[in-house]
Amino acid sequence: MYRKLHGVRVPHRKNTAELAAVRLPPPACVVIPMSMHIGAPARPVVAPGDEVKVGQLIAEAGGFVSSPIHASVSGKVKKLGELLGSNGRSIPTVVLESDGLMTPWEGLAPPKLDTAQDFLDAVRASGAVGLGGAGFPTAVKLAVKDPAQIRAVIVNGAECEPYITSDTRTMLDRTDDLLEGARLLQKFLRVPRLIFAVENNKPRCLAQLRARTKGETGMEVRALPSSYPQGAEKVLIYHTTGGVVPEGKLPIDAGAVVLNCTTLALIGQFCRTGMPLVEKCVTVDGSAVKEPKNVLVPIGESMQDVFEACGGFSTKPGKVLYGGPMMGIAVPDLSQPILKNTNAILALSPKDAVLPEPTACLKCGRCIAHCPLRLMPAEIETAYTLGRMDLLEELKVNLCMECGCCSYGCPAHRPLVQTNKLAKAQLAAWQKLRKEQAEKEGA
Amino acid sequence: MKLAVACSPHIHDSASTASIMRDVLIALSPTLVAACVLFGLKALLVTAVCVLSCVLFEWGYEKLNKMPVTVGDLSAAVTGVLLAFNLPVSIPLWQAVFGCLVAIVAVKMLFGGLGKNFANPAITARIVMLLAFAGSMTHWTYGDAVSGATPLAIVKAGDLASLPPVSHLLLGTHAGCLGETCILTLLLGFAYLLVRRVISWHTPVVFMATVFLFTLALGEQPVYQLLSGSLVLGSVFMATDYSTTPSTDWGRVIFGFGCGLLTVLIRVWGSYSEGVSFAILFMNILTPYISRWTRTKPFGGVKA
Repeated sequence: MYRKLHGVRVPHRKNTAELAAVRLPPPACVVIPMSMHIGAPARPVVAPGDEVKVGQLIAEAGGFVSSPIHASVSGKVKKLGELLGSNGRSIPTVVLESDGLMTPWEGLAPPKLDTAQDFLDAVRASGAVGLGGAGFPTAVKLAVKDPAQIRAVIVNGAECEPYITSDTRTMLDRTDDLLEGARLLQKFLRVPRLIFAVENNKPRCLAQLRARTKGETGMEVRALPSSYPQGAEKVLIYHTTGGVVPEGKLPIDAGAVVLNCTTLALIGQFCRTGMPLVEKCVTVDGSAVKEPKNVLVPIGESMQDVFEACGGFSTKPGKVLYGGPMMGIAVPDLSQPILKNTNAILALSPKDAVLPEPTACLKCGRCIAHCPLRLMPAEIETAYTLGRMDLLEELKVNLCMECGCCSYGCPAHRPLVQTNKLAKAQLAAWQKLRKEQAEKEGA
Repeated sequence: MKLAVACSPHIHDSASTASIMRDVLIALSPTLVAACVLFGLKALLVTAVCVLSCVLFEWGYEKLNKMPVTVGDLSAAVTGVLLAFNLPVSIPLWQAVFGCLVAIVAVKMLFGGLGKNFANPAITARIVMLLAFAGSMTHWTYGDAVSGATPLAIVKAGDLASLPPVSHLLLGTHAGCLGETCILTLLLGFAYLLVRRVISWHTPVVFMATVFLFTLALGEQPVYQLLSGSLVLGSVFMATDYSTTPSTDWGRVIFGFGCGLLTVLIRVWGSYSEGVSFAILFMNILTPYISRWTRTKPFGGVKA
């Protein structure tokens, strides 16, 4: 057996694991950003005043690496606007005014699936993006040159971030859709091995998947230790198949494709009913939330509305996050909408909103011991402080996946992963400049 | 509503510098109790004076230089206990205070404070004191004997008949520095540090194993070499000091091996009967090089 990659033991806080998602009443208005995925923003195909219904296309993919977007409520297009996103950039939006009826679009029909290309087109049309949080368009991920390259598809149900249980609910409540998606992958992409990878803190999911995949060929259910970041792509591939994704390469170069379980359930759902991605199961939790629960929310509904539907705040929140506390993004205000790849929103009390001040590095080596990719964050921090780009290159900061284990475990509370992010950007800029200079000299 | 915006992660492990140092103090405390039983309450007095002086020197240095005061991280207290454990119980207190001055001001603070010093403060101070106060630093008392010889000195003199039995070595009922003799309590502290994941096993185990195997090969009383002198104290508590030793597993193995080898060389062929302090200090100096040789290999990394 190979050596397991390291990580940290984070508190689980899966308070909502047993709570099936409740559908919220339709909101008055949704703000749908055109950029809820990696790649080119989607292009709106509706104009203000247009009538739309649930599941109707409102924006088409803006390029190959992009994804279409569908109306999440029925009603009228109010305007094409702009939103200051959590990354600080301005994103075009389509604002829909709901009629409160949630009428499905008449044009919805299961796609015709005859060939592998039909299937890939269906995945694209479903609006599927990596719902684990990355938001990478799924159709692009599946469009490998030679499907024989795919030796295994790993269905990611690790859900290693604290609090989040929306994937847990997918595995428990949408098992049919999930297995439908799995069978379609086997049928059209001839995937020889399909691994459901779930952390062992979800025994119900494991039991249910094991029971439901009994008799299926080529499907296996794997229980993995509950250790953060078990669900990170490179870690998951290594721990399930032993494959190592080489630097600068993709999972497919290790013979693997990783799909989040909710993404796969969406594909199953779309192929069965024709209903694209318009609604998300979102875990609402955190120390400032009155009634933590899982809710089904139309994409574009504001965080404010969703928190209110969960009884509001028990105390004034000090920090509000998209996603889990290890990699989640803090938002500046509550008007931010639920996105395709939002799996949780957390509101932390002011006490939990501030981390301790950094003190001097002890050189204890915990950051090295915790890093799943065996990087040396403390050394990277020194190299970054000294402006030593050559050293950053040698220390391979570019490999950092920003999981945050180093910062989490640092007894001196140093902002290590935060420095890694800065160092990655600076190194990339330096390497680009070096390449340009080399080309100039060569010319 | 005003919301804090910051880069992830948004939660933190409960460990802090102070909690780690507190664990080290807890691990040292059984040995302090043993020292008081073995050498009398003077052992407690020496330890208290060292802890107080170390904390005061750090506080004073930081106040004088208008730096933030860091004595709350307890690292100065750890240095104080470790230095005291490396002194004979009969040490004049003013000499102990001088040792603390060397440890905290010269070795630690002048190099930038916690995490920046390249040499172990307690070890370096002990060596300075050994050179400066050769008489009182080698004046051993145990029980009624005004001046007993340490087991290592007996081995060195070749007077094997007067060696204490091994059980005495485990309990510490023989002459020596006040915190180095009771092996049982030191091992108890070692176990605690391992369980609390404050240190890794690599350096202490490799250090002790190296000394044992080399002295076994040389026919130099391996059991006595292992269980007397400051080998256990040094390998568990000093050769695992974070800032002066490598921070990767392989680095720690090399460090432990180097310490063991040098200890044997000094003990067997040197003019001192004890070599642990010199070995650790020497390896402290090599630490940056060991660290560079033993960088981790990034997962999936491709050679540029």
